[in-house]
Amino acid sequence: MIRLSPRQNVSPNHLLLVPVLSVLLSICLGGMIFAALGYNALEALYQFFVAPLLRPDQIGNLFVKACPLIIIGTGLVFCYRANIWNIGAEGQLIFGALGAGWIALYLPESWHFMMLPLMILGGMIGGALLAAVPAFLKTRFQTNEILVSLMLTYVAGLVIDWLVRGPWRDPLSFGFPLTPYYPDAALIGKLSLPVIGKLGQLHWGILIAVGISALGWFILSLTLAGFRVRVSGDAPRAARFAGFSPTIVTFSVLLVSGALAGLAGMVEVSANIGQLQPHISFGYGFTAIIVAFLARLNPAAVILAALIVALSELGGDSAQIAMGIPKVVTGVFKGILLFMLLAGETITRYELSLDMRMISRKMSKGDADV
Amino acid sequence: MYDDLLLTVLLTSVPLILAATGELVVERSGVLNLGVEGMMLMGAVAGFGVTSLSASPYFGMLGGATAGAVTAALFGFFVLGLATNQVATGLALTIFGTGLSGLIGAPLVGQAIDGLPAFIVPVLSDIPVVGVLFSLDVLAYVSIGLVASTSFVLFRTRLGLVIRAVGDNATSAHALGYSVLKVRFYAVIFGGMMAGLSGAYLPLVLTPHWAEGMTAGRGWIALALVVFASWQPWRVVGGAVLFGGVTIMQLAGQARGWSVSPQFLSMLPYLATIIVLVAMSRGGRAERGAPAQLGRIFLPPR
Repeated sequence: MIRLSPRQNVSPNHLLLVPVLSVLLSICLGGMIFAALGYNALEALYQFFVAPLLRPDQIGNLFVKACPLIIIGTGLVFCYRANIWNIGAEGQLIFGALGAGWIALYLPESWHFMMLPLMILGGMIGGALLAAVPAFLKTRFQTNEILVSLMLTYVAGLVIDWLVRGPWRDPLSFGFPLTPYYPDAALIGKLSLPVIGKLGQLHWGILIAVGISALGWFILSLTLAGFRVRVSGDAPRAARFAGFSPTIVTFSVLLVSGALAGLAGMVEVSANIGQLQPHISFGYGFTAIIVAFLARLNPAAVILAALIVALSELGGDSAQIAMGIPKVVTGVFKGILLFMLLAGETITRYELSLDMRMISRKMSKGDADV
Repeated sequence: MYDDLLLTVLLTSVPLILAATGELVVERSGVLNLGVEGMMLMGAVAGFGVTSLSASPYFGMLGGATAGAVTAALFGFFVLGLATNQVATGLALTIFGTGLSGLIGAPLVGQAIDGLPAFIVPVLSDIPVVGVLFSLDVLAYVSIGLVASTSFVLFRTRLGLVIRAVGDNATSAHALGYSVLKVRFYAVIFGGMMAGLSGAYLPLVLTPHWAEGMTAGRGWIALALVVFASWQPWRVVGGAVLFGGVTIMQLAGQARGWSVSPQFLSMLPYLATIIVLVAMSRGGRAERGAPAQLGRIFLPPR
């Protein structure tokens, strides 16, 4: 009964309106779900979206949560623009943390002045290695990259579990599955802002994240390589006629997004945890998928999108503490948000109209079809 | 010993058979629903919750299938009604289903239920080795029946021809007067029911508890199984039993004290999935038996 007809040109207002409306609609729907589960909807929404913004240290923590999301989200934007569906960023993050962790734990002391640069390199190589598997299989055998990248996430989770319980376990950890603490040279310090001073757990990694997002925007919008990525996704046939190699594009976007997810893993451990343990990420790799879409696949918008999504994560914590709402509700909100964004995409691309002729025909026939 | 092992292999493969058979029909109609994991989790929590309330696992089965169908309807509305990207919508469904099932299931954590009893066929179940096949639960027998009827409907009936036509050439099917979106919507609902039933099987037969994310990637493995089966229902059964066997190897390995770390044995099903996907993805789309318009958006012309 809904009829979609493609629009001739997309209004620039829509491009901004869709994410804003999607967030607002998701908040409304989230409130309805709270109410349906018997919570006070207004109080729950307050705890979710307002309470975390009232304390300065929490604002610092908001940026801390957004940091990995910005880094991973920027990489995923490249993939999704090229119509390559990497959904295994979580595993690539873990492999990045392992690559960086190996250096942090085993680099000889005399090399410590090079520690962080080497760890960044190690993290990016680790993530890129895991992403190279779906890239190779897709270009060589046309294997579906969605399933391969996801399966490798489960594998990566088991690899880190094995390492921290086995070969890399700290002999002094009393049997806990933990590696030794990283040396000081391997830690990313807290960021001290002018005037305000330290803000919660805010660390230097946020500067890396902002830089990555800016660099991503530059490459995607202003360079030939970025143009190749965009054309390959929007018009694959045109890309082939222009002589852009799909193999190179597939490999590059997967390696870039893998390397960035790996970098996020390195930053996350070095800044927040300081050692490896079985679980180092709160599903950042999956959450970043939503960030990429909320940013409408534009690296410049990734920062804002990551902050909004990070707010819902922090809000999940505060709602759990204040009202006992299970933390998983954040997942519900994120799912709804993605649904709303996708519906919004439809509204920008198509004109929606209710087909009155069809409705009246159905009414007269008394027939309830979709 | 071997009987027990075989039984566990079979029980592990049942949820994969159910979910993959449902997804197979969905994909045959040209729709790719990546939300299987989310629908299974909704089915699992509904199956557990309804069983816990009604004390009847049969109502639990019904509840699971209904929950799966409702979540699938949501997917269908977006993908067919609003022509959204199928991959992204499927991911949204998985994220949403994982969250909502956790939220609904939070008060159920720690409870236990009486699951589906085994339905032991007299005499036949006493045959050595083969007897195991006759001491399963009702849903396991039903799953085989569902594969048989799916295969029959898809390849021997007019309805099956219409479903396949819609998946292979929607424009022609539309020109012949079939409502492409309607056929696809019903296929998506069927897939949701099957995924829900499959999810319900986990708490009703495999482990009598509810745990967040208890499907542990089975929904994704079911998606891979459809590729493995090259979109032929009976091959799903073979594939699922194979995967069940691989999954069980870790238990067998631990029991016999193999010197391999348990983590590596736990990786086997995921690695096997990748290997199978590679093995099946040689050659073109058509050679592999993939529906020609899988994942493509169809807008009915006026």
